[in-house]
Amino acid sequence: MKVDHLIRQTCEWLRGTGPNSDIVMSSRVRLARNLDKYPFSHWATKKQEKETLERLEEGVLSTEYMKNGLAVRMAEIDDVDKQFLLERHLISREHIVHPEFKSVVIGDKEVVNIMINEEDHLRIQVMQSGFNLQECWRIANRVDDALHKRAQFAFHPDWGYLTACPTNTGTGLRASVMLHLPSLVMTKQISRVLQAITKLGMTARGLYGEGTEAEGNFFQISNQVTLGSSEEDIIDNLERIIRQVIGHEENARKTIMKQNREMLQDKIWRSNGTLKSAHIINTKETLGLLSMVRLGVDMGILAEIDRRAVNELFILTQPAHLQKIEGRILSSAQRDVKRANLIRRRLEGR
Amino acid sequence: MLCDECGKNKATVHLTEIINEQITKLNLCEGCAKQKGSDVEQHFGIADLLAALSDVEQEPAVPGAAPPKNKCPQCGLTYEDFKKIGRLGCGECYGAFKVSLLPLLKRIHGSNQHGGKSPSPVAMKEVKLSVKLAEELDAAKQDLLKAVKKEEFEEAATLRDKIKFLEKKIKEQQKTGEKGGVA
Repeated sequence: MKVDHLIRQTCEWLRGTGPNSDIVMSSRVRLARNLDKYPFSHWATKKQEKETLERLEEGVLSTEYMKNGLAVRMAEIDDVDKQFLLERHLISREHIVHPEFKSVVIGDKEVVNIMINEEDHLRIQVMQSGFNLQECWRIANRVDDALHKRAQFAFHPDWGYLTACPTNTGTGLRASVMLHLPSLVMTKQISRVLQAITKLGMTARGLYGEGTEAEGNFFQISNQVTLGSSEEDIIDNLERIIRQVIGHEENARKTIMKQNREMLQDKIWRSNGTLKSAHIINTKETLGLLSMVRLGVDMGILAEIDRRAVNELFILTQPAHLQKIEGRILSSAQRDVKRANLIRRRLEGR
Repeated sequence: MLCDECGKNKATVHLTEIINEQITKLNLCEGCAKQKGSDVEQHFGIADLLAALSDVEQEPAVPGAAPPKNKCPQCGLTYEDFKKIGRLGCGECYGAFKVSLLPLLKRIHGSNQHGGKSPSPVAMKEVKLSVKLAEELDAAKQDLLKAVKKEEFEEAATLRDKIKFLEKKIKEQQKTGEKGGVA
């Protein structure tokens, strides 16, 4: 119930605006912080976990940025709500698996959200639409500064911020960019691009992070190294690489338009046609077709469709979102019908 | 039975999901189960990979020296625990397992020297002081063992006093730290 009103708002990162928003869906910066002298969440006793949860929730809600935030205790919401928050990228899978003594504080317009007692005591996350890592970092840094006044974090001058997993030690910073790369997939260049990215110390994952397939031609690229460089340098590095990837996708789009214009237009219009006429459709098919429609919008082929409407559909058609919209539990078969219905309505601008 | 997802391959992974008393059964082939990112595959990895990376010899035990610190004095996590779960127990673990962790950090990040943001200078000063005290205490303990071995009892007595003093100071520091833990 507590999260119901979120369904009626568009999260910041889905707005479809910001730099390079024809290829970059969203940017995200996450900082990991832990309280000094307290065991990390997984190693803490229930009593300690309860203590960190209560103290941190209060601390977070007392900051300027989060004072109107919505604090949601994982143990107090049902499975659909949990899945709903995951689909909106507000919580991680880990938060769902062991909900006890975990919470998330969601800020205004879902720009800032802070997970408490995740792998680390605090996971400060900032999201923006388009290619906008600098702005994400600027906001995250300010929120972090405010929290530094309320808590003493585990920090060592040589090793930086100390985290539960040594892969996050140092800055505790993970910057990531969600890219829509249909043309690199179509021209079969994607694996080469991803291989190069990995060699440069970055990782590429799917729409829903670790262990998910790159559905809908979405790829999340993020830094892997957190220790040794400044936050600005880490972000600058990632930005340079992303700019290259954007360039490759742009070129691939141009090449397809030149060499295979009919094929591309056919694919895009057919996808649009299917989405506008289907009465039963599953998530996977939806993501694939929406990806083509989004490409059509971005290339001016489907000029009458609003990018934001397409962006929203990527999330609204997910299982928990459909159930929240309907206000009841739906079976997989029922969802496929409701999903088709919703898409038809939205694409016709109703 | 064929896979619910692709309808082509034999289903070998069977998932039962219960959401609000509604039971959904999902029969998947291995390929689709992987794609679904189901929990079956979820937790592969990090701990195993870290364990492989962190297989560094512990500090060689000097005869007569204190046994290698394989338990974090603050939270009780052992290095074996870390290798199993891939997570440290608390911030102090970094100091306790420094010998093995420094090479591990270097392997993961290509560096073991922080180059980013630091807490404000006031907070830093406190942090630095506690690190310095801990290091001094370590050194004094080592010296004491050496002195005892060499039967330099006068020196040993001075060191014993120094250790007591440092331990007291660290305790005091931790108390102020706790007060500052969360405002």
